[in-house]
Order: sequence, then C-alpha cells, then structure tokens
Amino acid sequence: MPESILRFENVTVAFDGTPAIEELSFEILKGEARIIMGAAASGKTVILKTALGLLRPDSGRVFLFGEDITDRKERQLFDIRARAGILFQEGALFDSLTIEENVAYPLVNQKMVKCPPQEVRPRVERALTFVELEHTLDKVPSELSGGMRRRVGIARANITQPDLVLYDSPTAGLDPITANNIMTLIVKERDMRHATTIIVTQRLQDGQILAQYSYNPATDSLDRVPGEIEGIGFLVMKEGRLVFEGSAKQLRETRDPYISKFVLRH
Amino acid sequence: MLDFLKPPVLTIQEFVFLAGRAFRGMSRRPHYPKDIVLQMDIIGVGSLPIVLLTGFFSGIVMALQMSKALQTYGAVNQTGPIVAITLVRELGPVLTALVCAGRNSAGIASELGSMKVTEQIDAMRALGTDPIQKLVKPRVIATAVMLPCLTAISDFVGMLGGYIIAAALLHQTTAEYWNASYRILEYSDIVQGLLKPFVFAFVISLVGCFYGLRTRGGTQGVGLATTQAVVAASVWIFVLNTLVTKIFVSI
Ligand SMILES: Nc1ncnc2c1ncn2[C@@H]1O[C@H](COP(=O)(O)OP(=O)(O)OP(=O)(O)O)[C@@H](O)[C@H]1O
Ligand SMILES: [Mg+2]
Repeated sequence: MPESILRFENVTVAFDGTPAIEELSFEILKGEARIIMGAAASGKTVILKTALGLLRPDSGRVFLFGEDITDRKERQLFDIRARAGILFQEGALFDSLTIEENVAYPLVNQKMVKCPPQEVRPRVERALTFVELEHTLDKVPSELSGGMRRRVGIARANITQPDLVLYDSPTAGLDPITANNIMTLIVKERDMRHATTIIVTQRLQDGQILAQYSYNPATDSLDRVPGEIEGIGFLVMKEGRLVFEGSAKQLRETRDPYISKFVLRH
Repeated sequence: MLDFLKPPVLTIQEFVFLAGRAFRGMSRRPHYPKDIVLQMDIIGVGSLPIVLLTGFFSGIVMALQMSKALQTYGAVNQTGPIVAITLVRELGPVLTALVCAGRNSAGIASELGSMKVTEQIDAMRALGTDPIQKLVKPRVIATAVMLPCLTAISDFVGMLGGYIIAAALLHQTTAEYWNASYRILEYSDIVQGLLKPFVFAFVISLVGCFYGLRTRGGTQGVGLATTQAVVAASVWIFVLNTLVTKIFVSI
C-alpha cells in the first residue's frame, strides 16, 4: 500500500457561516496526481490552503503525510509544511525581494531543509534554469511578465524538492503557448522527481496533459504515452461540494450537465 | 440587546490575541535582526524630519502663547519652565506619537495589508516563516526603541524653539532660559515623558500590524485598513495618555 500523502475526511471550511467547502473527502497517494476543476468561487483555492493548514477546518479532519494536522498550532505546522511546495493563484512572490531571494526563501527559512549557505545560490540558479529564467536573478517581480512570474513561482514551489506540490491555477490568464510551456514544466517536475502533484485548473486540457504525457529528458519535451497514466484523478467542485471524482475517461463519459460543461467547453 | 457591542468586543479580543502572540514571540527564535534594523531605519530615521518640524514649531507656538499669558502676571521669565514641563510631560510624547501614528501605523497597515491581499502572508506561512515573528515582532521592537528617542529629540527641539522666542522677543539670556527650564524638570517628569512613548510605541506598531493583517478584499480593503489603523491608533494614544497622566498625577 503506497503512502498516503494527503487525506481530507468530511472537511468543512466556512467564512462567516457560509461554507466555502462542505463535507469534502478525498485522498491522494504517493506519486499520484489530482486535477481540481470547478467554477469560480467553488472552493478550489480553499482546498489547497486547508491542505497546508493555512486555513482551519470548521469540522472534519485533514491528514498531511499521514499526520493529523487539523488541530496543530501554527508553530507545529512549519516542519510538515516544509515537505510541500505551493504555487499561489496570483503567484504571491514577495515584491520587496529579488527573484533570487524569492526562490531562495524556502531554502533559507525552512528549518527542516538543511541547506548550507554556500549551496543556496547554485541551487537557485539551477531551479531558475529549469524554468528558463536564469537571467532574471537580480530583477524584482514587478519587472517580469505574468507568465515569467508564474514560472518563478513554480521554481520557488519546487526548490526544496518537496514530496507534494500544489499548483493553484498555473495556466490561468496565459496565452495557449505559455500555458502549455507551464504544463510542460509541471510534468517535468513530476516525472523527474516523482513528486505527488495537485493542480487547480479551468482547462480540461491541462488535466489531459498530466494524464497522457510524460517527460522525455532526451528530447526535453513531452511524449504521448499509450493509454493513460495510472493514479491521475479529476475532482470537480460545485459550490463547495465535490460533484465528481474519477479518471479522465470517466470524466469524458459523464452525463451530468454541470460536469460535462467543463469537458465540452474546451 | 447587546448585539451592537459584539463587533468591537470581538475586535479587541482579536487584537489582544495578536498582541499576546507577538509578546510570547519576543524571546523565541528566530529573531530576524536585519528586519529589526531595517524597521528602525524606516520608523526612526524616516520619521525624524517630521518629528523635528512638529516639535520645533509647537515649542515656538507655546512660547509665544505662554509669554503673552504670563505677561499679565508679570511672570514672563517663567516661559522657559512652562514650555519645558508641558513638552516633556505631555506635548512631546503625544504629538510625536500622533505624527508617528499617521506615518507609521498607516505605513505598516498598508504594507501588511497589500501583502495580505496578494497572498504574500499565506506564502510566508507556507514557506516556513511565521508572519508574527517576521513582520510584527521587528516592527514592535523597532518602534519601542525608536519612539522614546524621537520623543526626546522632539522635546529638545521644542525647547530650542521656545528659546529662540525667549531670546529674540523676550530678551532672556541663554543661561536664564536653559537654567530655569533645567531646574524645573524633575526625575518623575523624565520618567513620565519616556514611559509614555514606550507605551504608545506598542499601540502604533501593533494597531498597524493588526489592521494590516486582517485586511480583506483587494486594494479597497488596504485603503480601509490604513484609515482604520490611523484612527484607532490616535484614539488609543489619547486614552492611554490620560491613563498614564492620571497615574503620575496621583503619585
Ligand atoms: N479569506 C477568505 N475570507 C472570506 N471568504 C473567503 C476567503 N477565501 C475564500 N473565501 C470564499 O470562499 C469561496 C471559495 O473561494 P475560493 O477562493 O476557494 O474559490 P476558487 O474556487 O479558488 O475560485 P477561483 O477559480 O475564482 O479562484 C468564495 O465564495 C470566497 O468568497
Ligand atoms: Mg482560486
């Protein structure tokens, strides 16, 4: 039985009495991937933040890396959070820091990650080269384009080689070419390190890339795999409730009008 | 029936909670000394010009008004002592604190507020830093160190302003003015004059951080947080000033 990476048990998170997610249960095992879809304000971002203990459930339990984090104090969460990386929806780069300092931030600040000071810079350079932004080291976030900031965010989320990586809408608001480049990076991160991946997206296409392509280091591009990769699941949210959970194939075949809207529209 | 009391009570409760976490974090590592120094520069050195100006002009104005009033009693030579006492006990601490509330509570609230609405606060927490330690603590320490210094400087330039009036218009000698001012000040005045800014420093920094960190809803929210921070900090400065003054008057 592979290790459980993240498990939600009947989780409800409410703001001022209105639930943002309600009675949500799902589990993701080591090496798997989940694609979370759903209309605006259906609770996708709240799921990711709850997974890392940034938001507290009003009821239910959250298990991260097999440990119950539901009632942990903030201080006791840092060590376990260090094993996960996250790309925030708006990037959330620190605008007072340079790109180098931004990407180095988790390396320098996470106590669990023991990185000798002289190794920080080379690792940052490597991470930025990975996302093809090695020339931006000394720039500040406001000098970069939206797509570049997204890639810096991906570098920062992966710099500590976390076991679990969460991506909140990595392709939203980008042109199709940049969006596909970003997806290539995410698949590359997944396949090079076998990281468990959760991605929030509005594009079914992103999910299909995750389910049907693998990274080929020889050509530095994605190859179509026959059939579908195991362990890739889709979650569709509607007004805080999970209305679909299954594979890409099941998603294509569903009859539910709300769910098939996502499939047809793209 | 008491429903209208609920929001303010909850706000105060949240504030006390934040203050508690900040104080408990004081002795706990990590300390981020670089951030403390940076904030001392922004809060202390950055506020210096405006503190100098307000202190200087309030000294001048007070000397002008007092000399006029004292003339009726034929006690113009008491101008120096009166200016000194009022500045050190009341005006110096309160004016400096108000100026700093306008400048620094607002600055802190808008900075942390922008970070909050752009998810940078969440990012900090996700990437291994506690915002209380990394953002709140350095600002509280920096303000607590710098505000008493600023107040002392403000007191001094205020007396200097008074001296200019006394020398130019009232024809007092330098020795007369400064000797009289120096002799009137007691130990308890100095204690009071430095304790007040120390107390106000916590109000200024914590209120700024508090409203910044609870910002909601985009740029509009940041504007609102900034305004609320300045208003709340100013009101609390007056309230606490009254309390501290009452305590010192009673002793
Ligand atoms: N910090 C918060 N305070 C109050 N309400 C919140 C907060 N965060 C989220 N919500 C509410 O929770 C609901 C779900 O929000 P969430 O951000 O998860 O949506 P989403 O699915 O990520 O939408 P989008 O696709 O637009 O990013 C929304 O109604 C939102 O208003
Ligand atoms: Mg979202």
